[in-house]
Amino acid sequence: MAKSIDVSDLDIYYGDFLAVEGVTMTIKARSVTAFIGPSGCGKSTFLRSLNRMHEAIPGARVEGKVMVDGQSLYEPSIDPVAVRRQIGMVFQRPNPFPTMSIYENVLAGKRLNAKRMSRSDADDLVERSLRGANLWTEVKDRLSRPGMSLSGGQQQRLCIARAIAVEPQVLLMDEPCSALDPISTAAIEDLIHELKADYTIVIVTHNMQQAARVSDDTGFFNLKAAGEPGHLVEFNPTTKMFTNPDDESTEAYISGRFG
Amino acid sequence: MSVTQPPVVDREESTGRFGDLVFAGISRGSAILIMLALAGVAVFLLQQGLPALGHHGDSTYGKDSIWGFVWPLLFGTLLASVIAMLVAAPLAIGVALIISHYAPRPIAKVMGWLIDLLAAIPSVVYGLWGIQFLALNMVPVYQWLEDHAGWIPFFEGPVPNSGRTMFTAGLVLAVMALPIITAICREVFAQTPKMHQEAALALGATRWEMIRLAVFPYARSGMVSAVLLGLGRALGETMAVAMVLAPTLLVSFNLITAEKGSSTIAANIALNFGNASGSKIETLIFSGLVLFVITFAVNFLGRAIAARGRKG
Repeated sequence: MAKSIDVSDLDIYYGDFLAVEGVTMTIKARSVTAFIGPSGCGKSTFLRSLNRMHEAIPGARVEGKVMVDGQSLYEPSIDPVAVRRQIGMVFQRPNPFPTMSIYENVLAGKRLNAKRMSRSDADDLVERSLRGANLWTEVKDRLSRPGMSLSGGQQQRLCIARAIAVEPQVLLMDEPCSALDPISTAAIEDLIHELKADYTIVIVTHNMQQAARVSDDTGFFNLKAAGEPGHLVEFNPTTKMFTNPDDESTEAYISGRFG
Repeated sequence: MSVTQPPVVDREESTGRFGDLVFAGISRGSAILIMLALAGVAVFLLQQGLPALGHHGDSTYGKDSIWGFVWPLLFGTLLASVIAMLVAAPLAIGVALIISHYAPRPIAKVMGWLIDLLAAIPSVVYGLWGIQFLALNMVPVYQWLEDHAGWIPFFEGPVPNSGRTMFTAGLVLAVMALPIITAICREVFAQTPKMHQEAALALGATRWEMIRLAVFPYARSGMVSAVLLGLGRALGETMAVAMVLAPTLLVSFNLITAEKGSSTIAANIALNFGNASGSKIETLIFSGLVLFVITFAVNFLGRAIAARGRKG
């Protein structure tokens, strides 16, 4: 199920504005890859280009290649909607659908595929997804309550359950813990460790300890100068990044000397 | 560094405070004036209209009681407005969606501007357009309906050559109610939180699926109140309907005929007031009171639903 992603020489534009320049990296299947870097360096933009979510902004386009298991994401024949069904995403702020129950939230993506599901299949999928997101025991007695009735951390795990219910190959996480308290953050980090067995996970984080704790590989993004496009400074195994980075500015950023 | 006393400012003398007082006075006065105007209208309608409760015979244009007079008109008013809403609501929601979610920004801007312009057209002009263009062009459609669906009471006919029917009146009202419904829907759609739209897109929703998943649930109460406000506009509209419809006092579901169709309260007042005197005036004013109450209730309901939607 999980797939690897090969990015080669990717430039991301908003209209004429070059936001991210020349990214080349290989994201391994069944591993956690973290992106770190100062605000505005393009790491979120790059993450969104991996499932073509950045195209929600008019004028957004890319040059270069993103290959998922040998299939290019940006071929003219590829529908961005189909890409997003394969590559799920979890956002910075928990965003369960406010009018839907917990149960309906988990099924929202599956329902889009328009297949009629039997009640028992739906029940199974909801339980499986919520167990997968470590939320089942907390909500199993109140599945019909609104998704918004949960705490922030629970809402975020509900969003993860919703994302894995459609059985994506890759899960993208855009600062999934930045709106959560430390205990909820720990719960999500534990979950990421477990999800790694089945999914390729890419996570953007502002928290370097988090990157060090959860990821196998880390990419450091930075701006060459203010107003210049963001670029990938260094991409290495996390242990190497945090002990003996190749690039001087990586070390400066990680040791807190700037950013 | 020495500690100095802050200078004492004489607050009473400052012009800023005086400006505050003036502004507070003006806005309070305006608010009270509006309440007084509304209360004045209500008092006038009650005072002048309630005596008509005992009227019958000649005073009520040949009906046995005031209710025999008001009911057909009320029925016609509601019928025309419901037709208008059935046509305008889907159209307005569609246009609002195109403006907020489908069209590229420059086109959306122009479209929004054009729709707003519809609201600026005087209703006499709508009336003329209704008679001279819409009614005549609808005749073949009505004819077809009479021939093929005449067994449905709505389309019994006979179709007048002028095409001036209840259905035409409803269509004119639909166009007139379109701007307000579109404007409110567009506003509500555009306010849908980005994070919910992204949540839907990230699950692999197409644009339409995203609108169903994220935009409509968020906008539901706004859409209902938009339609109710449009309904309020359609209920009270006078000139265009008065020009299109013949003044009748019938309860009829027949939408595509002239003499056997219904008319509306507002149009009836406009057409008859010039010739009315004495007790007939009271009768007409009473029908105005009924319209006032209904329109007030519909608008109130629309606002209430909108307010509830904003809260939760």
